[in-house]
Amino acid sequence: MREKTLYALGAVAALILVRNIHTMLTGLPDEAFQGAIFRIIFFHVPAAFTCFLCFFASLIAGISYLKTKNLKWDSVAVSTIEVGLAFGAANLITGMIWARIIWGIWWTWDWRLTSMLICWLLYAGYLVLRNAIEEPTERARLSAVMSILSFSVVPFVFFSIKWFRTQHPQPVLYGEGKMDGGYRAMLYGNWVPILMIAICLVAVRMMQEKRQREIDAMRRAAHAF
Amino acid sequence: MNDAAARNFEYLAYGLIACWLILIGYVLTLVSRERRIRQQMESLQRMLEDKEGK
Repeated sequence: MREKTLYALGAVAALILVRNIHTMLTGLPDEAFQGAIFRIIFFHVPAAFTCFLCFFASLIAGISYLKTKNLKWDSVAVSTIEVGLAFGAANLITGMIWARIIWGIWWTWDWRLTSMLICWLLYAGYLVLRNAIEEPTERARLSAVMSILSFSVVPFVFFSIKWFRTQHPQPVLYGEGKMDGGYRAMLYGNWVPILMIAICLVAVRMMQEKRQREIDAMRRAAHAF
Repeated sequence: MNDAAARNFEYLAYGLIACWLILIGYVLTLVSRERRIRQQMESLQRMLEDKEGK
């Protein structure tokens, strides 16, 4: 029942995304200076928001695991980090494609881009660390510490465009930034289905993690015979 | 449509395709992990049943 609800939610999210793509291509005008490529913001920014939200959830899960020693929190952490990494990759790649048109280069080592890449690599390191540790409680404990430490980079990534002079533009959604109402509505409107997809992926991944723990328990039972 | 506008649309398409590919790629890893977990579960259950039978 729960799985069917998740698949239905994912299907609805995919349909909303397809409808949004149609609207952004046919219903929204080109941006005056950037032209059609500006529409990539409707994926670039929601992907970043989703990625950071996932990493924040992993921070909470990491702290909760250290407090309660409940392996459920370890499942939440690994699931949100995996999904966060997928959306982080989408953010980095769409950013590079956008930069190629607007700046004429694929990449530059400015504060925002470099810190985002470091953040992504840190969380990728979290997954490598997990795979290197066999014992479940030890793996959960060290992973929780790693997820908490990794999150320290996220505020730096977020505020780097305010704190430093960067090639990356200044924020357009908060502070002194301005964005046309139609574009803003589409940006948040596209974040909703992206977030729905992220929730589905995290839930599916958590169910897998739960089953993997059951398999580990069965293995121990088999060895005890 | 002039060259710059066509190039803009081309790169926008690359961006959208990249997003979908990442999403599909991750879903495929979930599917393959699901299959592996089911196989492990079945083989372990069989092994436990065999041991209990003996």
